[in-house]
Amino acid sequence: MDLSHILEIASSTDPGMVRSHNEDAVASDAAHGIAVLADGMGGYNAGEVASGMATTVITTELARELGKVQPYDIDPETGRPAAERLLREQILNANTSIYQASQSQPQYAGMGTTLVTCLFYDNRVMVAHLGDSRLYRLRGEQLEQLTRDHSLLQEQIDSGLLTAEQAKTAQHKNLVTRALGIDLGIEPEIHEHSCKAGDIYLLCSDGLCDMVSDEDIGMALQALGANLALAAQQLVQMANDNGGRDNVSVILVRVLREYPAARGVMAKFFAWLK
Amino acid sequence: MAKLILSMDGLVLKEIPLVKERTTIGRKPHNDIQIDNLAVSGEHAVIVTIMNDSFLEDLGSTNGTMVNGGTVKKHFLQSNDVIELGKYKLKYIAEAGQPVGASAVDFEKTMVLRPSAMKAAAEQARAMATTAAAPDGTQPHSKPDLAEAARAAAAQHVASGAASAGTASKPEPPAAAAPSASQPPKAAQPLGAIQILSGSNAGKELELTKPLTTLGKPGTQVAVLTRRPQGYFITHVEGAQHPTVNGQSIGSAPHALKDHDVVEIAGVKMEFFLKS
Repeated sequence: MDLSHILEIASSTDPGMVRSHNEDAVASDAAHGIAVLADGMGGYNAGEVASGMATTVITTELARELGKVQPYDIDPETGRPAAERLLREQILNANTSIYQASQSQPQYAGMGTTLVTCLFYDNRVMVAHLGDSRLYRLRGEQLEQLTRDHSLLQEQIDSGLLTAEQAKTAQHKNLVTRALGIDLGIEPEIHEHSCKAGDIYLLCSDGLCDMVSDEDIGMALQALGANLALAAQQLVQMANDNGGRDNVSVILVRVLREYPAARGVMAKFFAWLK
Repeated sequence: MAKLILSMDGLVLKEIPLVKERTTIGRKPHNDIQIDNLAVSGEHAVIVTIMNDSFLEDLGSTNGTMVNGGTVKKHFLQSNDVIELGKYKLKYIAEAGQPVGASAVDFEKTMVLRPSAMKAAAEQARAMATTAAAPDGTQPHSKPDLAEAARAAAAQHVASGAASAGTASKPEPPAAAAPSASQPPKAAQPLGAIQILSGSNAGKELELTKPLTTLGKPGTQVAVLTRRPQGYFITHVEGAQHPTVNGQSIGSAPHALKDHDVVEIAGVKMEFFLKS
């Protein structure tokens, strides 16, 4: 099912005001309903390599797999939609590629990347993430964070050691507990959310949410939702105006209308008529 | 390096740098900080230090641990916090803001670190340290700090799964240099406002205090006024017609607003001005 008339996607990525180069990477494929954002880490240019590999491998491989399997089909082994398995497999694929590159090339030793990936299908979105890159959803006037960071800070908040207020002043914001490419055994967190027409999804690196409050992000999305490309630029600009201490990347996905999967022959025919 | 200043009745007794991942406080001699006073329990409290952050935890002491006058079980120490144990006071002084030069900026680049791959990470850290060595010879806090952080992370219960899953580290420079999220535009920047000149709302005034304010009719024509450190800008958002400033169409690029510019959006004229 071609979603290019249903999903409007805009993205923006910027090195920020302090860093000399951009270790973030973004990729999207509206037709297949894929959006991938990665924030790389590692010395020299290894961070860019890791994030670039992650976004490229996942986008292209996922698009190819989607030609063979319908994401809404129930997987007989897990009882979950095939989308979940596809996402996990392609993330593990990317993980293996990055890990092997980091093992074989000394200049890439120890590289890794955070990841947030969305797969839109059948009025739903399947979200997988690792690390502290986030997915937000604006529905009506409500901005909601759909992913929970895999970070030491988040774990300390959860265990009651820190309050959300104290976390803002903590100095170890960037200790992530899960990442892609640093180990062969990784566990991406995968969840499914239902979509509504008019929803705006925001994938972002920590360079945005560390510099701009959720309140301001929500305000910008509400005010500029009509012009997605401008909204993406505005978010990056706000992060930079506040100091831009890290690379800033955003992908915005707007659901223009409902997109139930056409399952039967008749449904496919009607879908074709549309 | 953060430190504690031990004092009693206003008399400074000792200065204790927090060098260890766990610094124990108690009456018994095996404690890192021994306070020989009956009001202090044998194992009274512990301070866990992860990179530049220190956490105080009471170890179920008889008389409890006070910070700034309140009893605490667990506490994230902030500079100048005063910990009270009986008559004794321990003042926590966080590491003074490290020079944030090119070294800190380089150091801030993200890197990976896990207890299970300490070696690779150590090499990485060394590589980082070499590239990040400041011209004045100051070393950025490198391998030992990070290794310690990872160990601390693994040791902490809070890092559930971190020990097995591995901990990837993206170090940040001291928070003193880090601006808090969503800093409002600098106070020095003059506040802008618009006054409606035509239409049914003529005469009304709107202060532009928010980072962005949208104007116009959704679906017909909308423009946004953004408040930035450099000043105010107007940008076209939607609609076939673009806003005009002093009679000139602004196109689709952001346009800087000057005092007393006359803007027209969706047929409504308004004047932008700066308040002193």
